[in-house]
Amino acid sequence: MAEPQPSPESTQTKPLLELEGVWKSFGGLVVIDNLDLAVNENEIVSVIGPNGAGKTTLFNLITGIYPPDSGAIRLDGESLVGLPPHKIARRGAARTFQTLRLFLNMTVIENVMASQYGQTKVGIARAMLRTPGMRREEREIRARAEEKLAFFGERLMGYRWDQPAYSLSYANRRRLEIARAMATEPRILLLDEPAAGMNPSETHEITELIGKLRDDGGYTILVIEHDMHVVEGISDRVVALDHGVKIAEGTFEAVATNPRVVEAYLGTSAAVTK
Amino acid sequence: MSEAPGTPGVTPPPGDPTESRIGVDSWVAQAEGRRARRRGPARLLARGWEWSPDPVKLLLFVGLASTLPFWLNEGDLFNFGLFTLLYVALALGLNVVVGFAGLLDLGYVAFFGIGAYTYALLSSSHYGIHWPAEATIPISMAVAALAGLILGSASRRLLGDYLAIVTLFFLQAFAAFTNTANPTVHGVGLTGGPNGIANLDPLTFFGYKLNSTKQQYFFLVIVVAVVAAALHFINQSRTGRAFRALREDPLAAEVMSIPVNRLKLLAFVLGAAIAGLCGTIFAASFTAVTAGSFGVPLLILLYAIIILGGLGSIAGVILGGFVINISSQFLAPQNDHPDVKRWLFYGTIVLIVALMKPWYRAVLVLAATIAFGYAVHAIVSATTVATWTTGAPVAAGSRSIRDGIQGWVVMPHATATGPHVNFNTCLYIGLVVAAVTVRSLSGWWRLAALVPTLYLTAMVWENILAQNPSVTALILFGAMLIALMTVRPQGLLGTARVEIV
Repeated sequence: MAEPQPSPESTQTKPLLELEGVWKSFGGLVVIDNLDLAVNENEIVSVIGPNGAGKTTLFNLITGIYPPDSGAIRLDGESLVGLPPHKIARRGAARTFQTLRLFLNMTVIENVMASQYGQTKVGIARAMLRTPGMRREEREIRARAEEKLAFFGERLMGYRWDQPAYSLSYANRRRLEIARAMATEPRILLLDEPAAGMNPSETHEITELIGKLRDDGGYTILVIEHDMHVVEGISDRVVALDHGVKIAEGTFEAVATNPRVVEAYLGTSAAVTK
Repeated sequence: MSEAPGTPGVTPPPGDPTESRIGVDSWVAQAEGRRARRRGPARLLARGWEWSPDPVKLLLFVGLASTLPFWLNEGDLFNFGLFTLLYVALALGLNVVVGFAGLLDLGYVAFFGIGAYTYALLSSSHYGIHWPAEATIPISMAVAALAGLILGSASRRLLGDYLAIVTLFFLQAFAAFTNTANPTVHGVGLTGGPNGIANLDPLTFFGYKLNSTKQQYFFLVIVVAVVAAALHFINQSRTGRAFRALREDPLAAEVMSIPVNRLKLLAFVLGAAIAGLCGTIFAASFTAVTAGSFGVPLLILLYAIIILGGLGSIAGVILGGFVINISSQFLAPQNDHPDVKRWLFYGTIVLIVALMKPWYRAVLVLAATIAFGYAVHAIVSATTVATWTTGAPVAAGSRSIRDGIQGWVVMPHATATGPHVNFNTCLYIGLVVAAVTVRSLSGWWRLAALVPTLYLTAMVWENILAQNPSVTALILFGAMLIALMTVRPQGLLGTARVEIV
């Protein structure tokens, strides 16, 4: 575990999430290659890159699903390396999954209530006795869940609360994943392809939503996205990965026209030049 | 059925205008409800059950259970009442581990045994310790919970098959320890070996002895009600949600701030504590513990209960406990209700056949089977020696039913020698062949093949199975679960689970 070393830049604007020299390999295949990354408070940073570039591995490293081989990962100055995922979630990093991983057989609102486990305290003794304190906490959990779901307007409202998550449409499942991540009260939201599998109008809606999450919700957002319209619409900064290496970083225009990025994408460069 | 399912050509009535259009989200969401509505006769019951609040359900259970002592004699109350409730309480604990948290724990019965032995050591002449129940019950629960903690932490990194086999090892280790190891402590074998520990004290609370079956039964009613209520409250709390999340997707749960390993341990400990409590009550009511009581047969029974009732459903487990224990008690070797056995068997078969759609096919098959039986019986008795049809059914029973069976099923005389000595073996083989044939046919041919198969089943039952009750019980449970799996995979009161991506 590397010691946190305050670099000259970080003294002016201290980044919320900071990765320094992170390596990860799977049996000789290097997936994350000496990666440095910083996300500032209240910023939206997009990670792009072709399939297999290491984007989802990056999220898995941050959320502790597996540890980096070397390097430092810090959230608000505190190291996350070696912590189990549930502790990292309590520190304030929450994510969604590219391949949706909802609690399908639980109701919509239960999904959002379940992920508040880390911030709540009542144990089984008080739950068995149903003490007033337990009931108060239950009410608070429910109220918070309703508040998170209300963020999505009509989409996840009313009768949908009590229906099982498996009955939701694909786009609504993506929304519910975001709501569930929000309920852990994170400081940074890691969204893994939030617009995947959505139609153009839903994509437009999710673009607006991500902006609203930052502006109204106050979240800092790191997002993996393939859809360049979304990336263009939301990003303060774009980071391009290829084979685990950061090949470009900067504004959308700068990254999208970067020759190395165009080369990495090859056939899909048409989408980039839009 | 209020509506005949087989009425082709009749267009469905135009839908209620307030209902959603087919295919839209809210329509999909109501699919379960619509399906439930179609069930016709059971509808009222299902509606009433759904709408009644949880305390009412609990009161219903307590009320119904409390009536048992008034119409059962002492012996029946012990077999049908006490044991049912004991299994219900045990299954409620298993349901925490398997139903709530989704951990396949095959060592559960060992915790039951640990509770029972703890009580036996602390409340018997074995070591001359006679502690009252208010002390032994918490101690038994704590010892069992500790064992649960140890097994849980040893296996917290294991999932699925690995967890199942490791916990099964634990159960076998426990059985070997109590049965053969039996270490000598203070000059006496700790567990009493195969003989176990006998002459245990009855449960004594602050000097008040629970001597009679009736008293123990009412104590168990209270225990089951309290355990069910406590588990219901846990299930509705954040811990319950975390258990469900863990069952659905452990990785996602962990990433969503739920400490998965701690919750697995908690499930093990909670289940083990309940099993320990049950062990105490079992030991005290039975007044003896023997190593043979805590083995795989009991485990199978408990799993049958929770699967039949519906994994994760507390009310379902209680219902499943009643169904499974009552049928297994009727089939027990010492049971003297042969008619009930027969009703259970034929009832199950008729039920399975009645699930056939449309309904008239079921009626046709049953009628044809009865006719087929009489025809075969007539032909056999007319063409062969008399010993082929003069056998008595192995299970006795009331005279009229026995005579009816004797005139319908071909039963060779048990002591007769002759060409039918291998009759029983042939019956078994014939039944298997017939069942496979039925599977491979379709349409009317299948129905036609079903008739002799059902008759063969009846022959196997009357000639062989009825005299091997323990085998029969297991076969019957198997058949029950197979039938349930096809009709209601979520169990009697369980919630349907969907596995999709």
